[in-house]
Amino acid sequence: MNISKPYTNRKGLGKRILRARQLYLFLLLPLVYLIIFQYVPMFGLQIAFKEYSISKGIIGSPWIGFKYFEKFFKDYNFLRILVNTLRVSLYSLAVSFFIPIVLALSLNCLRNTKVKKTVQTITYIPHFVSTVVLVGMVNQMLNPIIGLYGNAVQAITGVRATDILGIPAAFPHLYVWTGIWQNMGWGSIIYMAALASSDQELHEAAQIDGASRFQRVIHVDIPTILPTAIIMLILDCGRVMNVGFEKVYLMQNSLNLSYSEVISTYVYKMAFGGNSNFSYSTAVGMFNSVVNFVLIMSVNQISKRVSDTSLW
Amino acid sequence: MKVKKISHSASDNRFEVILLVALCTLGVIVAYPLIYVLSSSFSSPSAVMSGKVWLWPVEFGFEGYKAIFKNSQVLIGYRNSLFYMVVGTCINVALTMCAAYPLSRTDMPGQGPIMLLFTFTMIFSGGMIPTYLVVKNLHLLNTVWSMILPGAISVHNMIIARTFIHNSIPQEMLEATQIEGCSDAQYFVRMVLPLSGSVIAVITLYYAIGHWNAYFNAFMYLNDQNLYPLQIFLRDILISNKVDASMVVIDDGAAAKEGLAELLKYSLIVVAMLPVMIIYPFVQKHFVKGVMIGAVKG
Repeated sequence: MNISKPYTNRKGLGKRILRARQLYLFLLLPLVYLIIFQYVPMFGLQIAFKEYSISKGIIGSPWIGFKYFEKFFKDYNFLRILVNTLRVSLYSLAVSFFIPIVLALSLNCLRNTKVKKTVQTITYIPHFVSTVVLVGMVNQMLNPIIGLYGNAVQAITGVRATDILGIPAAFPHLYVWTGIWQNMGWGSIIYMAALASSDQELHEAAQIDGASRFQRVIHVDIPTILPTAIIMLILDCGRVMNVGFEKVYLMQNSLNLSYSEVISTYVYKMAFGGNSNFSYSTAVGMFNSVVNFVLIMSVNQISKRVSDTSLW
Repeated sequence: MKVKKISHSASDNRFEVILLVALCTLGVIVAYPLIYVLSSSFSSPSAVMSGKVWLWPVEFGFEGYKAIFKNSQVLIGYRNSLFYMVVGTCINVALTMCAAYPLSRTDMPGQGPIMLLFTFTMIFSGGMIPTYLVVKNLHLLNTVWSMILPGAISVHNMIIARTFIHNSIPQEMLEATQIEGCSDAQYFVRMVLPLSGSVIAVITLYYAIGHWNAYFNAFMYLNDQNLYPLQIFLRDILISNKVDASMVVIDDGAAAKEGLAELLKYSLIVVAMLPVMIIYPFVQKHFVKGVMIGAVKG
């Protein structure tokens, strides 16, 4: 940006800082918040390398090195939890990346604006349903005895339905597709915006050359949304290890744990479960954050090289 | 929009008809669970238990809703959630604008590094336990502040506001007012705030809905029933299946009791979604706008 900057370089840095003092005053409270609730916890991550006890506090507890990281890697649960986390997140990433794109491309082809508006409005609504309500709805509707699913199976086959919620292998599908129900419309907004601002002349030129509507989707619409799609993909990849705690925890039951125990729920249980161990739990959580951080940095770098599109 | 009709071949028309049918089907599939819950909530307990509800309410009635409002928990939860939403959102918006304005000023010394301090927290964080320890050490556990302070600023919303201020208020405005002798604070109050109405609306809505639907902070930091927001009571009733006995006072035997317990879950879902669904039609365009501002790199 090369707009003239009123505070630049005519005077020394000290003077410029002094002149901008009101701006720093505005930043004071936000920075206090940021330090207390974001950076102090990062400082607190040191308990992953310590034998934390409440009486000695974060700073006073003795160092023990990588003991708890090793303990986690050697734990017989380690592989299962890692696989569960990756299964849910990669499955979710694959589906939730493509479906909003397909939805946006399809909606964009409709010339009937009434249908288009209606479908858009309907698909946005579930985004505002809370996680608790969503999981409650799933439990209610899939109940094998009194739920919609149980009734439908009973009515069609005459046999009592099996309990889907108790089948471990069904958990990833339920998790991912309820997520799609909630967020596909919302996720398509950004692509609709990109498509709306696309170059109409390209469409007209393609039409004159005899391209069908479908061919125009492939050769005009898709290239239009590609940069946006890459940005979204980078962001998604950065969240691969970050399977949200809330929804998984709420969807867990004693029967599906073999598929539904992921890193974040494990962290919670190690800290607040029977053998409470804050240091171990923090080590597991930290492993997760670090992997995420490395992932988003590398995906961003790769994307920068390959496609010139990047977050920063 | 009128596109010049150059050629719409038969295959193009067929393509569009297929899409039209597919998208209408999708709309019906997405809407159906919501309609089903709504219809169930207005049916009778026995209709819900025997699975007679498919699309419209069967044996229309309000028994589920009556059962809910007999229960003090739900009312406490509703009251608390409203409180957290109103107070929390006010603090959120005030702090967010206070951070967004200086950070939109690229002429402020240190703007870059301070911005980095904010954005870094989006890709790395201390995580569940260290954050819990901070809240605990500040003696915020089991207080209303634990529901409001730990998420006082969402960096994502702050960036939306910053981007908006930076892109939509011309630099010349700042220079002109500075010549007039206007200070940075005056500029913020007299120019930036009045011109940022639409982005303030957007972030207010995001924060308000976030508070209404929030569950995690209450789950982690509260264990006093009188402070619980609605979502915690919802979890107990909908997911942990702890239906309070006072809600299903009925003399018609165990089966009727069970029916009412199931029915009131549907009514509860409707009641919990009500505030959001009421405002939704009026504010949809603001939500959509927020996504678009957020999409522009700042």
